[in-house]
Amino acid sequence: MADSKPIEKKIKLSKADRLSVAWRSTFIQGSWNYERMQNGGWCYSLIPAINKLYSKKEDRAAAYQRHLEFFNTHPYLASPILGVTLALEEERANGGDVDDVAIQGVKVGMMGPLAGVGDPVFWYTVRPILGALGASMALAGNIMGPILFFVLWNLIRWGFMWYTQEFGYRVGTRITDDLSGGLLQAVTRGASMMGMFVLGALIERWVTITFVPVVSKTTLSKGAYIDWSTLPKGAAGIKKALTEYNLGKGMALSKIKVTTLQDNLDQLIPGLAGLLLTFLCMWLLKKKVSPIIIILGIFVVAILLHVIGIL
Amino acid sequence: MSGISMILVVIVAFFAGMEGILDEFELHQPVIACTLIGLVSGQLTAGLMLGGSLEMIALGWANIGAAVAPDAALASVASAIILVQGGQGVKGIGSAIAIAVPLAVAGLFLTMIVRTITVAIIHLMDAAAEKGNYRTIDFWQIVSICLQGLRIAIPAALLLVIPAKQVSAMLNSMPAWLSDGMSIGGSMVVAVGYAMVINMMASAEVWPFFAIGFAIAAISELTLIAIGALGLSLALMYLRLDGTIGGNNNNSGSSNSSANNTGDPLGDILDDY
Repeated sequence: MADSKPIEKKIKLSKADRLSVAWRSTFIQGSWNYERMQNGGWCYSLIPAINKLYSKKEDRAAAYQRHLEFFNTHPYLASPILGVTLALEEERANGGDVDDVAIQGVKVGMMGPLAGVGDPVFWYTVRPILGALGASMALAGNIMGPILFFVLWNLIRWGFMWYTQEFGYRVGTRITDDLSGGLLQAVTRGASMMGMFVLGALIERWVTITFVPVVSKTTLSKGAYIDWSTLPKGAAGIKKALTEYNLGKGMALSKIKVTTLQDNLDQLIPGLAGLLLTFLCMWLLKKKVSPIIIILGIFVVAILLHVIGIL
Repeated sequence: MSGISMILVVIVAFFAGMEGILDEFELHQPVIACTLIGLVSGQLTAGLMLGGSLEMIALGWANIGAAVAPDAALASVASAIILVQGGQGVKGIGSAIAIAVPLAVAGLFLTMIVRTITVAIIHLMDAAAEKGNYRTIDFWQIVSICLQGLRIAIPAALLLVIPAKQVSAMLNSMPAWLSDGMSIGGSMVVAVGYAMVINMMASAEVWPFFAIGFAIAAISELTLIAIGALGLSLALMYLRLDGTIGGNNNNSGSSNSSANNTGDPLGDILDDY
């Protein structure tokens, strides 16, 4: 192959070519299939580069075929692998000694460890955090919630994909050394720490279980509750009542203080029931119970407990 | 619903279906998909709030390895259509979610069917590659993406055809104990998604972070952004003390610059989050 190319005519991939590959890699999972998983999308992503690098039809056909081999990783972490592959293909097109085995070896060697980075970072840290942010704004009726989620997510995603693809392209074959080094491992560890921190917070905030049974009813002494019958008439009365109530910190609203089971639990640890439910789910999932069965089971139990007056 | 709204809803469903498998733009996430359906059908607020509630449930749903997560795309689209058709507005959110979750399971089977069909498409790509015909490879890639879109668009269209009266009659005939119970269940199933995530990430090293996060969230003045900042700072401090980032801190002088160099890209990446 080296003989077929004049030495002075080196084919380089332009930035436009690399951008085109990065854009196409957005659709890498489009033809996900049970036989070779992301292979179709992978080949689809590389087509502009292959067409630029190889002008002979048989060279192109061979390249398409070699990139339709089995491939599967996290969709965004395919970008650094694409970058390395671009560098390798460029080398090969310019007469370098890069055979099919080397290219396939780099792809397979990188896809496993990188998938292990992408899942905790993107699916378990960035998405839950941005999703919870957007969702809590949406629940308050704020249209900025979904917009913020969409914009931030795609900025991070596209920035990551382009940056890592360029990184892979620059470092070429040397990236495999970097993977065994600490950088990506540190990112993964840091992400799981932050992810767990936010998860703890989310469970406290959003897994809501309220027990309604009344534990005790105590009659308050005079002066601890608002005496509605002695209030002045009209707005003055409302004002006095609100002053006495003082956003719940002042006097009680009625003579009898009702303590529910929930009030008692909240004094212990707020959100305890949600935490325990989460642990139960974790245990069930470890016992290989399908999440779908757990979800349906929770609905059934919730309805039953509501009917008998516990929730 | 007007004809134009219906067409727009089906288009939204189509994109949600594509995204459900691409997992790139995240249009299929409830907070976006439900809002869009609310927008095109003139019930923005109801769609927005449904999206928020459902997003909280779907946060931890991710298709990883053997873990089978319910299909967020079908859940969002179906529940939003049911909510809009039911005409109960914000009140109908609880029951819309309760109906949507079992439908999300059906979405899984549809995905499996499409992914099996795609095996045949891959063989067509092989044939095209052999002939060096890249336009055909492009074509089949686009066809497979469209199949994934139809996976959601067709059920959405079917739901639209069922008359609104029938949907609202069904929702109204639901006794209060059932719809209340379903709302309560809806706020509890959030735990399943979180449990899936924790099972994947938990290790002795990160459990203290979980405990701190849980305890600190009880301070209701802290917004999620504040909590995120706390978590990020704690993780950075830990990694720095651990020596994982910033190199060996005991070195001084000239070696500091090299330590900074190794720390910088990591810092950049972490800053992005």
